[in-house]
Amino acid sequence: MPDAEVRVSLPQRHFGETARTDLWWLQPLVVFLGLSGFIVYSTWAAFQGAHYTYQGYLSPFYSPEIFGNSRHSWFGPWPLWWPGWLPYSPAFLILWAPGGFRLTCYYYRGAYYKSFWAAPLSCTVGKPFKKYRGEAKLPLILQNVHRYFLYLALLFLVFLSIDVYHAMWFETPEGVVQFGIGVGTIVLLINVILLGGYTFGCHSLRHLIGGKKDCVSKSFGGGKPYDCVSCLNRKHMLFAWMSLFWVGFTDFYVRMCSMGVFTDWRII
Amino acid sequence: MATATFKIWRGDASGGEYRDYTAEFDQGMVVLDVLHHIQAEQAGDLAIRWNCKAGKCGSCSAEINGKPRLMCMTRMSTLPVDEPITIQPMQTFPIIRDLVTDVSSNFKMKRSIKKFKPRPPDTEDGAWLMDQQDVERVQEFRKCIECFLCQDVCHVLREHHMHDEFIGPRHLVYAAALEMHPLDTEDRVADLKKLHGAGYCNITKCCTKVCPEHITITDNAIIPLKERIADEFYDPVTKLFRIFQPKKK
Repeated sequence: MPDAEVRVSLPQRHFGETARTDLWWLQPLVVFLGLSGFIVYSTWAAFQGAHYTYQGYLSPFYSPEIFGNSRHSWFGPWPLWWPGWLPYSPAFLILWAPGGFRLTCYYYRGAYYKSFWAAPLSCTVGKPFKKYRGEAKLPLILQNVHRYFLYLALLFLVFLSIDVYHAMWFETPEGVVQFGIGVGTIVLLINVILLGGYTFGCHSLRHLIGGKKDCVSKSFGGGKPYDCVSCLNRKHMLFAWMSLFWVGFTDFYVRMCSMGVFTDWRII
Repeated sequence: MATATFKIWRGDASGGEYRDYTAEFDQGMVVLDVLHHIQAEQAGDLAIRWNCKAGKCGSCSAEINGKPRLMCMTRMSTLPVDEPITIQPMQTFPIIRDLVTDVSSNFKMKRSIKKFKPRPPDTEDGAWLMDQQDVERVQEFRKCIECFLCQDVCHVLREHHMHDEFIGPRHLVYAAALEMHPLDTEDRVADLKKLHGAGYCNITKCCTKVCPEHITITDNAIIPLKERIADEFYDPVTKLFRIFQPKKK
């Protein structure tokens, strides 16, 4: 601010120093445990490379299955050119995209900066470090790539919707494929709905669909799509957590059915 | 009548300490009421800045039990009185005396933002035409009472004292009100990135939580500005499309 330089001299607080008397540490702790739990489970599930399909169900961690041995595979078995020393799993080709979308998401950024980096741990609580670069410089300036992950996330919604359709077709012991709806179909459908609620409430989408214009009313659809995205955006945190939990549960459900632990009840 | 103990910070720029005061309060009283009682009966020299007592002037900002709040809008019934209630001045600004801080840095920050520059009137009688939806978007930002609680809670200013590199949430709201205004023709995006440090905000939403006017500062002002900065500086595809778009007149 060259024409209005501001100089303020104040003491630096110590890490954790605060006058707050409430349970300020509880929320960052819950976020830390929730995100850590998901990262551990999803990493473990990705490395398994097995039990990710059952009947027409395909785990969202493995969708779309680009290479693989199931009936969902786009290009057949795993390619021979894949280096033998590298572990392989169809999930490795997939998880970076939704993972990148969540990693660069405005909601999650604020949440994990607090819970994992203590930047700050909670509002008005002293920080552990003195220097700060924020998202103005490398590496966090790369968070601006979020909109590109959004494009991929929208594409993944299409794949996951197709998976719901595939989850409506079951093979009988005689080898006949017939229409049906199982509990797994509903689980996969809820997964798409929650992921849709999360993706369509994205801040970048809100900007791209009309927010970037000063006259939103003159944007695409007369501003109605902007209003819809804004409506979902107000519940972005809720959808972020519900979709995170449900995508993990969907993988767990398909895995348990595939391993024979769960019985997939047919509704129709 | 109930009784509460207050730990009130007393001092000036050279230093100070917390002093205990015990005061009675009645149903419906706010913290400022009790402090006025203490000022009248126990500490006549206690410095407090206040004006409207209605949450509209933004003068009585302070930190109550470590949370930035307006003293006139914090009811005693919402505070635990089984332990002392800590009252301290805003920690982001230099202290003048007791609970009064020097917030003049904010006015310097505000002056650095390019002013409103409307397009020519739409009609011959000098009127402008605007859609209600466009007006409502920026109307939210005009609710700001400049209490500077959001500046106080922002860790970039509070912990790192980057007042000369980052204008803070209050002024990002002000910039958003101008930048998103349907009549405005000025371009502030480059300034927001280079001079005003919008990139320093890491979206912890503390400013939104403390706003007494319930302005959704982070989601409706700061993030949309960050997205406009991304359009102009970090998104090669959008930049390519912008070449073919008409510029603001």
